[in-house]
Amino acid sequence: MKELLSRQDKWFRFKELPIIFVYTVLIGAFILAAPKVFSGYRIYMSFLQTIPPQLVLALGLTLVITAGEIDLSFSAVVAFSGFVFAYTFRTFGTPWVAFILALASGALVGFVNGILIARIGVPSIMATLAAQFFWSGLTVQLSGGLSWNIKAIKAHFIHPLFVGRIGGIVPAQSLWALGLAVLIWFILNRHKFGESILFIGDNEEVARVVGVNVEATKIKLFTLNGLIAGFGAVLLTLEMINFWTTQGAGFLLPVMAAVFIGGTSIAGGQGSILGTFFGAYIIGSLEAGVVASGIGGYWTRMTTGLVMGASVVLNIVLGEGKGKSLTQRLRNSVFVKGLRKAG
Amino acid sequence: MEERSYKNAVQTVEIDMYFGEIKALEGINFHVGANEVVGLIGDNGAGKSTLIKILTGVFTPTKGKLYIRDEKIEMKSYSVKQAHNLRIETVYQDKSLAEKQDLWRNFFIGRQITGPLGFIKVKEEKRIANEIMLNMIGFRGAGISVDSKVGKLSGGERQGVSIGRAMYFDADLIVLDEPTIALSLKEVRKVLNFVHQIKEGGKACIYISHNTGDIYEISDRFVILDRGKLVASIQKEEISLKSLNTFLLEYAHGLKENEKQ
Ligand SMILES: Nc1ncnc2c1ncn2[C@@H]1O[C@H](COP(=O)(O)OP(=O)(O)OP(=O)(O)O)[C@@H](O)[C@H]1O
Ligand SMILES: [Mg+2]
Repeated sequence: MKELLSRQDKWFRFKELPIIFVYTVLIGAFILAAPKVFSGYRIYMSFLQTIPPQLVLALGLTLVITAGEIDLSFSAVVAFSGFVFAYTFRTFGTPWVAFILALASGALVGFVNGILIARIGVPSIMATLAAQFFWSGLTVQLSGGLSWNIKAIKAHFIHPLFVGRIGGIVPAQSLWALGLAVLIWFILNRHKFGESILFIGDNEEVARVVGVNVEATKIKLFTLNGLIAGFGAVLLTLEMINFWTTQGAGFLLPVMAAVFIGGTSIAGGQGSILGTFFGAYIIGSLEAGVVASGIGGYWTRMTTGLVMGASVVLNIVLGEGKGKSLTQRLRNSVFVKGLRKAG
Repeated sequence: MEERSYKNAVQTVEIDMYFGEIKALEGINFHVGANEVVGLIGDNGAGKSTLIKILTGVFTPTKGKLYIRDEKIEMKSYSVKQAHNLRIETVYQDKSLAEKQDLWRNFFIGRQITGPLGFIKVKEEKRIANEIMLNMIGFRGAGISVDSKVGKLSGGERQGVSIGRAMYFDADLIVLDEPTIALSLKEVRKVLNFVHQIKEGGKACIYISHNTGDIYEISDRFVILDRGKLVASIQKEEISLKSLNTFLLEYAHGLKENEKQ
């Protein structure tokens, strides 16, 4: 009996519970509102097709936010690396070289961010906002503002490998994104590098005195985030078999929302990969779901706002600090603290 | 007692430290013998923490030389990691632990037990952290485990954790920056006994505190900093606790600036 209780207690403390609950309720609501659409498997396959690029971006961003920093440039990387990928493939016809260069260009953007932030001391919000403008502007320049069709890539193995349909049904990109989520979970929770990220986000001064190389870790972190965004760009470009200059531009806010819904603290020092995973699926399912439910696309944003609010409150209510009063928990919650810090 | 093959655990020569325009330290010539306990005393803002942060690789001084176990240290590449490797352990007055992280992570951060790819051996770290808590710190139950977040601990428990960490990693030089600041009398006694152990173990210690009674009990020598300058170094035999207190008070009030150079 005692054992059972403590196990229950453990389950109750499982911090991603609220968000999984939100996702379940959301899907349940959709099934009630549009039973035809949501009882079939097609809608879920379309989620697995469209959400992975944003999920990939959100995973990288989770690491950055856990370190107490922000990166607003990832959506520009989706355009820039996508361009590098499409250009290289169209010019040389070599998909794997295109792939490597796309990842490398993403990493380059991130590396420049990292140098500006860690070495020169520019606040990350400013450095990456500037980067966002610079790299998306450069992409428009280089591509001449045109969109580029890369249909020919369907003949190469890279296409089915990353965005094929497994068994004719399941989009491969969903498995790549899942695999990346598992890898990033291990990096954040089980690797030295992730532990450095946690300590830097928690308290940079503490991190420094206990022997974390803060500067090097931040440079690596932003480089990694650029690399991950480059991978997201490849998934998107391959799925669309097309590059267009503003691709990724609409991802900035939904991807950030996915991370915060998942319970990663804006104050740093705490990040949830599982939360981000569900956060991305919640945000991505909302639009399609709201439209399919027939309540009209213009409700999407409002609903997103409501779901975000609900997730945050649930995270607080079900989160740590049982036994304290609700207002106390609200006041001590990472969200409110984060806002105080930011404000 | 181990025989030490070096004269000084640490020595600085003409160290200057600027924070922008602020001169935090000036011309510091400081040393700690291989088996010496030095009490570092001075008013708030005198530069005590800054000095030890230079010794432990957190800050790079603007100017000056550093010797560890009589060997010259390359300042540019000196780091906390290297200080750990050179067997220097520190307990900082605050900011030693990360609030939102699990206790076990706080024991091993900066020198994790890892497998081949840099992944942490969590089980082993937790097991050792648990041992440190039970055997070295003497935490008994009270709802705290190695999985607890630091933020849940009381001030004294936190100090216990940082001190336990320093004890476990067993160094040649142990630096304690106001380790008793939040502790009850009983806990303070434990810390003082730990310093006695360091001395008996043939090791060196720098002890910073505003409690001259404690400092007097455990130190072999007192070093006094005042507004960034090292103004006195007094052997315990040369002074009584009472005159040490009088001396410090007068310094604090700037009455006899040049008495004990
Ligand atoms: N990181 C820093 N940046 C700027 N100035 C600093 C920094 N650290 C310390 N200082 C300044 O250096 C001087 C010495 O500070 P330090 O912390 O060494 O004093 P202390 O002797 O340890 O004082 P206390 O007894 O209050 O701990 C102070 O004027 C302080 O403001
Ligand atoms: Mg101090």
